[in-house]
Amino acid sequence: MSTAVVAQATRPLLEWDWVVRNADWIWAQTLQHLYFTVVAVGFGLLISLGLALVALGYRRTLAPILAFGGVLYTIPSLALFALLVPFTGIGDQVAIIALITYTILILVRNIVAGIEGVPAEVLEAADGMGYRRGRRFLEIELPLALPVIVAGLRIASVTVIGLVTVTALLGRGGLGAFILRGFRTLPPFPSMIVVGTLLSVVLAIVIDVLLLGVERALTPWARRRLPA
Amino acid sequence: MELFGDTAAWLAEPVRWSLTDPAGVPFRTMQHLWVSLVAILLAVGLAIPPALFLAHHRRAEAAASAVVNLGRAIPSFGLIVLFWLLATRTGWVGTQFWPLVLALTALAMPPVFTNTYTAVRGVDAATVEAARGMGYTEGQVLRQIELPLASPVMLAGVRIAFLQVIATTAIGAIVTNGGGLGRYVVDGFARGAGARHIVLAGALLLAALTLLADVAFTRLERLLVPSGVRDDTALADVANRAGAAG
Repeated sequence: MSTAVVAQATRPLLEWDWVVRNADWIWAQTLQHLYFTVVAVGFGLLISLGLALVALGYRRTLAPILAFGGVLYTIPSLALFALLVPFTGIGDQVAIIALITYTILILVRNIVAGIEGVPAEVLEAADGMGYRRGRRFLEIELPLALPVIVAGLRIASVTVIGLVTVTALLGRGGLGAFILRGFRTLPPFPSMIVVGTLLSVVLAIVIDVLLLGVERALTPWARRRLPA
Repeated sequence: MELFGDTAAWLAEPVRWSLTDPAGVPFRTMQHLWVSLVAILLAVGLAIPPALFLAHHRRAEAAASAVVNLGRAIPSFGLIVLFWLLATRTGWVGTQFWPLVLALTALAMPPVFTNTYTAVRGVDAATVEAARGMGYTEGQVLRQIELPLASPVMLAGVRIAFLQVIATTAIGAIVTNGGGLGRYVVDGFARGAGARHIVLAGALLLAALTLLADVAFTRLERLLVPSGVRDDTALADVANRAGAAG
């Protein structure tokens, strides 16, 4: 008993040899974490684009759509997982559906704000040049709205990466599995907790920077603009 | 469908609503709100003064946005476990209440900080100059001009942080005894298929608590925000983007 307490008190926060020995396992869980994130944000983006198009086409639907997204966003992740389990069973789909719901408010709002932010003169010029509605949307509005949409994608991705750690409670892996295991081991194993948390932060930062890079690459004209 | 019957029956049991039973809904709700309130009040107390100071003096622009981006990237579950781990090692603050509260405070500070910072920075420079021209001291400018004009966005930040804290308090039930209504969900999951109705009941109670808190806070915002700056939707929208789900 007393030796266990001493061992717990002296065990370092991060044991490198454990990290090195388990590098394969850590990598696999990181990929699993990334998989959840990409699938959830990907589906979230598709659904949000659809909802945003409805909201832009029929202005009256904007407020109810945002209110709906707001309610989904407000429900705690733990409660949402628990609410979905009776319908989906415990599996990847619970985690992914729950994660998608947190992206909708952010993405719909940013897509709508981005497209509405396109200056009216630009649209008139496009109309004057003979652009049809669909082509104007794809070639003028969407590219000009891209920075705001990507800003939303960045927030959604970073949020989802943090929430994937909670799905560990459902036994679905990801970096949260390390946090949970490190906590449930007796005595607790600090390295697992630290590695799970730190890698989640690192993954969020890497994805954020990558998306920023994508935005820069897709909007070369933005770089020529003078700083405000 | 049997599950929903079981859930309703479980929720209808009189003992569930006993005011003194520690496993009852009123007790768990109060515990949940108490943990969340202490955390959000600490976050407000710690984040708003430096944000006001830095924004008023136009300092630390880049650092302010870095704080938020980093804050959003930290997984709440990991932070709670880390605080619990550090508490068990140092023995400073016990292992139940304070580690959870302090982790929640840390998670709530970035949105409160940025919203305050962004809001004060967003106050029209001409208005501030006019006040200075009329002989307002710097303290008066901050208190009588910048603070009221910034209040809608600041309060939106506090609301987002508070809802995030309520959601994250539930996650705390995985680690500590201070998880409030999250207890039902976590314990129910741990008991397996036979306790699904308890999980569902806990989830419904949690969702109800957050949605009610959202409504209550919106009312509070109406009371606190000066009527002249109400419904400033453009600013409030900036504020909402600082949010993060829990």
